[in-house]
Amino acid sequence: MSDMVLMKGNEAIAEAAIKAGCRHYFGYPITPQTEVAAYMSKRMPKIGGTFLQAESEVAAINMVIGVASTGKRVMTSSSSPGISLKSEGISYLAGCDLPALVVNVQRGGPGLGGIQPSQSDYWQAVKGGSHGDFHNIVLAPASVQEMASLTVKGFELADKYRMVSMILADGTMGQMMEPVSLDIESTFTVEKPWAVTGTKGERKHNIVNSLFLQPEELEQKNFERFERYNLIEATEAMYEEYLMEDAEICVVAFGITSRVAKNAINEARKQGVKVGLIRPITLWPFPKAVLNKAADKCKAFISVEMNMGQMIEDIELSIRCKREVHLCCRTGGMIPSPEQVLAKIIEVSEKED
Amino acid sequence: MKRVIIIAGHYGSGKTNIAVNMALAMKKDGINTVIADLDIVNPYFRTKDSLERLTEAGIKLISSEYANSNVDIPAIPQDMYSIVDDKENHYIVDLGGDDRGAYALGRYADKLKEENDYEMYFVFNMYRPLTPDAESALDVMREIEEACRMKFTAIINNSNIGELTDVQAVLTSVAECDKLSLSADIPVAFTCVSTDVYEKMTGYEGKLFSLELQKKII
Repeated sequence: MSDMVLMKGNEAIAEAAIKAGCRHYFGYPITPQTEVAAYMSKRMPKIGGTFLQAESEVAAINMVIGVASTGKRVMTSSSSPGISLKSEGISYLAGCDLPALVVNVQRGGPGLGGIQPSQSDYWQAVKGGSHGDFHNIVLAPASVQEMASLTVKGFELADKYRMVSMILADGTMGQMMEPVSLDIESTFTVEKPWAVTGTKGERKHNIVNSLFLQPEELEQKNFERFERYNLIEATEAMYEEYLMEDAEICVVAFGITSRVAKNAINEARKQGVKVGLIRPITLWPFPKAVLNKAADKCKAFISVEMNMGQMIEDIELSIRCKREVHLCCRTGGMIPSPEQVLAKIIEVSEKED
Repeated sequence: MKRVIIIAGHYGSGKTNIAVNMALAMKKDGINTVIADLDIVNPYFRTKDSLERLTEAGIKLISSEYANSNVDIPAIPQDMYSIVDDKENHYIVDLGGDDRGAYALGRYADKLKEENDYEMYFVFNMYRPLTPDAESALDVMREIEEACRMKFTAIINNSNIGELTDVQAVLTSVAECDKLSLSADIPVAFTCVSTDVYEKMTGYEGKLFSLELQKKII
């Protein structure tokens, strides 16, 4: 227990990034993720790293592209409107096949929206979120410990597949404090022969670029990229199953709403309802296989989200619309209560009987 | 007891929780207490979260009217001046974290020092990652003092690891807090423990303050 510390989710991301070998952070303040930047501003100067508050989100993401080109682990963080500003650069990272970590501590939207927690950037995150044919790996932590461990995982997956990993958290995850073990060194490293580090006159120079003059060449690039995406979908999906062995109703929720859902499920079980939870940990790749398997024995699904119903579409696609998927949601910065989720579970269970 | 009690410290060290608990305890002792939320850096968890409990106990809360709304503005309400103007009541001032949070106190510093009837507590939690020992905590202490132009007069040991806190964790922190007290040359006022750990601290002879957690755990 002596190695445990008490941390905010945002701080856990920052410290885990440092543990993962990230020495370059570029950002711009926005509630509710500012503690990531604040923490980095205190820590980076002490360990010979770079903390830079850029003049804007657009500048910050372009600085990320610069460092990523050299093969160093690099990150930026923001909240919803700031991620929209960074989306052009995220597409360029994809087009250049560059690894980087982008953190989105979501707040209510659209537009300037509000500062309270939300999951309404789900579509933006899992569908690429910017122009062009591409995906980001999207990781959804549900505890402060996972904010740390998935940050490390995010850097490793980004390096492994030369693409952007995004941590999709929300204001509550960023602000809440929990005990954390920081025993989380990154052991995975890859060679980066593509990195722009100076030829020293010993090799052909490397080019990092997203512009292709010949459409045939660009098409080939996209084909190659999607082969990688197929491999990721087949091998990297992560999820947690909770009380699913005998479940007749399957609740699907990620991040903070999965914790609310667990409370509701425990209560429903006391009332004799056979209900369980599948919590996607990777939102892309989405855990399609486990959901499709659950559709063989569950009568109905409930998607619990802090938006107007976004992940519900991926659940329907995963189970090929074999079962009805109900929605239980709040939006605009509001969090569903365990009572609301419980009422939905009871309603669906009575309907299915 | 001094008229004004200022609670300052590292970000996330537990200032708001202590401020609310102290206000409730003082009111119980029959002291007219006002709690002033001077935190302009954290728009999320606020003293206002405990508004119902405070109002019920008859404790007035001075807080930004934008607290707990979507307005992300570091605003201070005009009646905050009653900290220095209203000599009839006792005040607990809940300051924002770190040096950034302490700047807001600067505008009242001259009057507070002139009246010289205040206590300024440094809240210490050695289980927070950036203040794991006396040395790092002393750095934060000095940064805060510089930002608000006031000196700490005592330390509150609020070392905890959330629900994992046990008696041993508290005792370890007491030793570290004593070191901080020695190097800062100010006394330790008391050690905070949650209500459940408080019952297990039998035989401990230092001063303890039993804390009730104000925040909701999801």
